[in-house]
Amino acid sequence: MITRSISKQFKKNLIRSIPLYFMLLPTLAYIFINNYIPMAGIVVAFKKYSARLGIWGSDSVGFSNFTYLFRNDATILIRNTLLYNTAFIFLDLFFGIVIAIMVTDIFHKKARKIYQSAILLPFLVSMVIVSYIVYAFLSTENGMINAILSSLGQEEVMWYATPRYWPFILSFVHLWKGVGYGCMIYIAGIAGIDPALYEAAKLDGASKWHQIRYITLPALVPSLTTLLLLSVGRIFNSDFGLFYQVPQNSGALFDVTNTIDTYVYRALISVGGIGRSSAASVFQSLVGFILVVASNFIVRKINKDNAIF
Amino acid sequence: MIKSKSFYAYQSVIHFILILITLIVVVPIILLFMSSISSEKALISNGYSFFPSEFSLEAYRYIWLNRGTVFRAYGMTILITVIGTVSNVLLSSMAAYALSDKKLVFRRLINFFIFFTMIFNGGLVPAYIMWTTVFQIKNTIWALLLPNLLINPMSVILIRTHMMNSVPESLYEVAKIDGAGHRVLFTKISLPLSKPILVTMGLFSGLAYWNDWTNGLYYLTDSKYYSIQVLLNKMIQDIQAIQANSIAASAGTAMTVPQISIRMAIAFVALLPVLIIYPFLQKYFAEGIALGAVKG
Repeated sequence: MITRSISKQFKKNLIRSIPLYFMLLPTLAYIFINNYIPMAGIVVAFKKYSARLGIWGSDSVGFSNFTYLFRNDATILIRNTLLYNTAFIFLDLFFGIVIAIMVTDIFHKKARKIYQSAILLPFLVSMVIVSYIVYAFLSTENGMINAILSSLGQEEVMWYATPRYWPFILSFVHLWKGVGYGCMIYIAGIAGIDPALYEAAKLDGASKWHQIRYITLPALVPSLTTLLLLSVGRIFNSDFGLFYQVPQNSGALFDVTNTIDTYVYRALISVGGIGRSSAASVFQSLVGFILVVASNFIVRKINKDNAIF
Repeated sequence: MIKSKSFYAYQSVIHFILILITLIVVVPIILLFMSSISSEKALISNGYSFFPSEFSLEAYRYIWLNRGTVFRAYGMTILITVIGTVSNVLLSSMAAYALSDKKLVFRRLINFFIFFTMIFNGGLVPAYIMWTTVFQIKNTIWALLLPNLLINPMSVILIRTHMMNSVPESLYEVAKIDGAGHRVLFTKISLPLSKPILVTMGLFSGLAYWNDWTNGLYYLTDSKYYSIQVLLNKMIQDIQAIQANSIAASAGTAMTVPQISIRMAIAFVALLPVLIIYPFLQKYFAEGIALGAVKG
């Protein structure tokens, strides 16, 4: 009796859901094509791909694409990707929070808004344009930095051929373009704190640092964890635009600018490179997936509310 | 309220630091503009500078003479941004409406189907092979529209959450008693009440289309389909890209390309619309980013 009424209800809901399925159809179809079919295409990394035979028709070669990748190029790619991302995580976290605290502390309302808008502005600039701007500063013949150096009597630097400066240049460009993003999140987090907490702390004679340490930072922990979780999960993914576009694809710099994503692209367009390209890309996807799930699992253990899923 | 001395000291310090940061942010964009209105001669002899020794609009005049290429690319950018953003918002909100209905059968399964793409992907190579062989989008306008940008799973989830939280159930119930179907509920209740989030998500989609150069890099070799960002990207290696469809080139007009300033001029023209709309829509950008950190 009960089961019958449940199945009746189910049927009713199912019929009522039909128009909803039609509304979902384009989105689900697109996601299936754009996101799911390429997942199945991962097998290409285990094949000797031939355009004539297609992914499924090509000969299987086991792990040889991976062994080739790890014998030749992998160390430097993984090193660059991991080191840059680790540096970026700390830089974003530190500058994001410090700037957010300063912006929200600004008493003058109009000024606060101006600072907030300015910090987010570079987020809207495309990486191609960023690379043009960087070039205006660093170009060997016409760049502004070299003009300043020579007017100070210093020797000019061939920036696009000197790898040792690039970890700093790329970190700076990354911060310039990206710090606003984290800032907005922290500003929203600070805006959600009850002002009464600060008033009470002030009455008790708490210093600015103590207010930050015991009120602001704890309130930011949830958004901080989410951001951290996302960036740890993406630690094998690099910002393709930053590493490909900003160094202007300069071969002399590959040692410090080649990351998994730039490698995947360059190998893909080079003749016969599709095997190592797909091996690197599959490695990135799989390790990234494991990292997201694992870091989420750990956060879940510590505090369930902060986990993403 | 009486302010203590330390209040003013602290305020001055943070104002000072933030003004410095604002300068660091804005100055490079000013340099971009200043070098686009410098004369080529000044750029070659003195390099890029905030105070060019000689102003000139030759770069902009060159763009005008070669408008075939630049206007075409600009039009392409506008076209894909409009089509892409409208389809994105429309399709995402339809899906979000369906998912916000708690009686939808298989709701959890569909939610997971969408969510899973955010933690796992197949990577560039299989996607590239699929788009170029199965769908053959290489050197078509679809190359700029379809890969990755059309629907963002995250924004579907955010719109759904917004609809579930801010559209009161009772409103639907009342409408249903009046005999309203899903179409009416969606267009008359759900959409109007979700306007802020739809504007926000639309903005992000629009920005992604406007600024995208990767799809062009992967899937375009025919200059006919270049968007402005793709053109800028190609011009890094090859300044001649600007002459691909130009009147000047075909007529054999011997105007030398102002190589340095022209790049900056086109980059500035590509950035200009973003700079113009930003002050008015700043709030939506900030809110959209803050939303993204809150789990869906």
